Amino acid sequence: MEEKLYLYPVWLRIWHWINGLFFLILLFTGLSLQYSSVEYPLIRFDIAVSFHNISGIILTIGFIMFLIGNKFTKNGKFYRINWSIILIELIKQFRYYTWGIFKHEKSPFPINTERKFNPLQKISYVGAMYILMPILIISGFGLIFPELLPGRVFQISGIHLTGLIHIIAGFALSVFMLIHIYFCTIGKTPTSNFKSMINGWH
Amino acid sequence: MQKRQIYLLPALLFTFLWCLPVLCLAEEEIPESASQNQKCLKCHGQRFYFYHNEFVGKEVKDRMNPYFLIDSAQYYKSNHRSFVCTDCHSSDYRNFPHDGNLRMEPKFNCLDCHGGDETYAHFHFEKIEEEFLASVHSTKHSEDFTCWMCHNPHSYRISARNNENIGEVIVYDNDICLSCHANIEKYQLLTNLTNPNVLVTHEWLPNQALHFSKVRCIECHTEVDRDILVAHKVQEKEKAVRKCVECHSQNSLLMATLYKFESVEKRSSLGFFNATILGEHYIIGANRNYYLNVVSFIVFGLTFIGIIIHAILRFINK
Ligand code: HEC
Ligand code: HEC
Ligand code: HEC
Ligand code: HEC
Ligand code: HEC
Ligand code: HEC
Ligand code: HEC
Ligand code: HEM
Repeated sequence: MEEKLYLYPVWLRIWHWINGLFFLILLFTGLSLQYSSVEYPLIRFDIAVSFHNISGIILTIGFIMFLIGNKFTKNGKFYRINWSIILIELIKQFRYYTWGIFKHEKSPFPINTERKFNPLQKISYVGAMYILMPILIISGFGLIFPELLPGRVFQISGIHLTGLIHIIAGFALSVFMLIHIYFCTIGKTPTSNFKSMINGWH
Repeated sequence: MQKRQIYLLPALLFTFLWCLPVLCLAEEEIPESASQNQKCLKCHGQRFYFYHNEFVGKEVKDRMNPYFLIDSAQYYKSNHRSFVCTDCHSSDYRNFPHDGNLRMEPKFNCLDCHGGDETYAHFHFEKIEEEFLASVHSTKHSEDFTCWMCHNPHSYRISARNNENIGEVIVYDNDICLSCHANIEKYQLLTNLTNPNVLVTHEWLPNQALHFSKVRCIECHTEVDRDILVAHKVQEKEKAVRKCVECHSQNSLLMATLYKFESVEKRSSLGFFNATILGEHYIIGANRNYYLNVVSFIVFGLTFIGIIIHAILRFINK
């Protein structure tokens, strides 16, 4: 078919798999903390706390690496949203995923060197990486250093508010990941996107 | 008629507010005993005291033994503020120099006055004594370790029962333990052991400073007792609570100890479990939100179903 495109530079692949691995650790330890119980300990509480903290720090370092990478390499341009047309594009892509794909239509936004993501991918990646991740990371560090948090905000304790924000952001990102992994199976073959993320070539 | 009542309201409110300081004062009022106590406190309430030396015929100024100093402000806030010193101490102490034999006088015990008294039944003094006698402190030091060791006779006041500020209660109660466990002089009154630093022996506890300001020593070191408000059976260190989930879980032990007095409601109207804790704290694992749980299960479920339907349709139309 078309010629191969080199879309995923090495730093991005390293970041992505570190990110994915530690996100999963955070997810499982986080769930274990939130649903801790005396009778059914998923993971021992103090171990879960340590793993969660350490993984959070590694994830943050990775995230900073991602920000720097996107700032100083060409990869950043794929994340720029053109707000004037995004809505129409999104509808088109949405129609494709809910209808066209079953009728073997051609993807409305085929991948090329100028466009790595379709509009839905783009908006969800931007939402995940530039909105949810910062919220998750900042609230997470707030919980590691609770003495830095405000004592109370509108009647409830600062730690509590931060905890809620952290849990909601973590939950939203977990849902994102589920959908993300599923949509990655929509490639030339169900596994081709995963191979791309390993060897870099699309 | 109705209109007039409305005018009455601010007037009433105003009078109430006007009386408030007076009402408050009444509670903190210095009792009648004060003038009698002043005779003792003029020496025992000051760093320096004076007496007349009859031999040489002159006024002498001397330093008060710091261990015999009594903070009168604390004294008049204590449970026994209405007492005259000589209710507990021999009236011979009115003379100075005190008779050397007086120091041999036996002291009252809590139970001497409170035992079998209906008025104090809700404190369960007998049960407390029983637990105390089974505690490490009592078993290892028998007679020397009395209730007074923790309940300073000149400043003890109930806190957990009537103070709504949990933070203050925690500090007050922990200071009792730390008066020995962070003070080698009082500690060695009872033992020749060197006092291990509690900050070091609790290093396994993460966010230690936070924990020590948010939970009491007795939460981990006493056997939980459903009948009395403050459990008194301090156990050997091997039996101390070490498992994090005992607090960090939905049936947190804190509900049976620190928050016992208020823990009537398990789940608040906003859906938070163990909501009584929330006023001051947020304890991972103990304060889950019911609605958040439900919403997250539904969203996860729908996502999952959506993905499966999409995958099946893709497979069929391949
Ligand atoms: C003129 C100062 C003075 C007055 C007044 C005074 N004391 Fe003392 N008291 C002392 C001094 C000094 C000591 C320590 C030396 C000693 O034991 O004589 C002491 C010791 C004591 C002790 C400790 C005894 C021991 O060794 O355990 C008690 C109890 C005590 N006083 C009670 C009282 C009471 C109760 C009153 C009031 C009725 C009172 N004192 C009035 C100066 C005073
Ligand atoms: C509720 C009873 C009670 C009252 C009231 C009381 N004391 Fe005491 N006092 C004690 C007991 C019990 C001890 C012994 C404490 C111990 O063994 O740790 C003591 C000890 C002392 C001591 C010796 C220092 C010490 O801590 O061992 C002094 C001095 C003293 N009292 C002075 C006073 C004075 C002055 C007043 C009045 C302002 C007063 N007491 C009121 C029960 C009382
Ligand atoms: C000499 C008798 C006596 C001794 C000893 C004594 N008490 Fe009391 N206690 C009283 C009296 C009388 C009152 C009521 C004081 C008042 O209402 O002004 C009281 C009040 C109290 C209260 C407050 C009750 C309330 O509802 O506010 C507590 C708690 C208490 N005592 C605990 C103790 C403890 C603990 C000890 C031993 C460490 C002790 N008492 C030793 C006589 C004593
Ligand atoms: C190891 C220290 C220690 C010893 C020893 C001790 N207590 Fe306590 N006790 C405490 C603490 C801490 C509290 C909580 C104070 C508070 O917040 O009101 C308390 C509270 C109490 C209360 C008030 C409980 C309530 O329901 O409000 C009573 C009554 C009491 N103790 C009696 C006793 C008696 C009687 C003895 C001796 C048999 C004794 N205590 C020995 C530490 C001790
Ligand atoms: C009057 C001083 C004093 C006070 C107050 C006191 N302790 Fe102690 N405590 C001791 C001494 C002395 C020992 C050492 C016992 C021994 O091994 O001989 C000890 C031992 C202990 C131990 C260790 C037992 C072991 O297995 O080695 C624990 C736990 C403990 N205390 C907890 C507490 C708590 C909790 C409080 C407050 C409610 C408290 N203590 C208040 C003097 C005190
Ligand atoms: C989170 C629960 C927890 C809290 C809160 C806590 N402890 Fe402990 N403490 C423990 C455990 C568990 C041990 C046993 C440690 C060990 O075996 O090394 C212990 C050990 C001790 C020992 C014995 C130390 C030794 O090695 O001899 C003392 C004394 C003690 N604690 C006092 C305190 C005092 C005082 C406070 C309050 C300032 C306190 N503890 C708060 C759980 C706790
Ligand atoms: C006696 C009850 C108790 C035990 C046991 C306990 N904790 Fe805690 N923990 C608390 C309380 C209360 C807080 C403070 C919540 C707040 O900030 O209001 C807390 C806070 C924390 C925090 C900080 C949360 C934040 O918001 O940053 C961590 C982390 C933590 N605990 C971990 C642990 C670990 C790990 C263990 C076991 C080794 C443990 N805890 C054992 C009661 C307990
Ligand atoms: C472990 C589970 C994960 C797997 C298997 C996975 C898989 C993939 C694959 C195959 C791609 C390449 C296809 C594409 O570009 O769309 C990709 C890209 C991407 N993934 Fe993931 N992912 C996982 C977790 C995550 C998580 C947790 C995040 C963010 C929090 C994330 C964010 C991204 C981003 C931003 C890209 C685009 C990177 C770029 O090309 O610039 N992934 N992922």
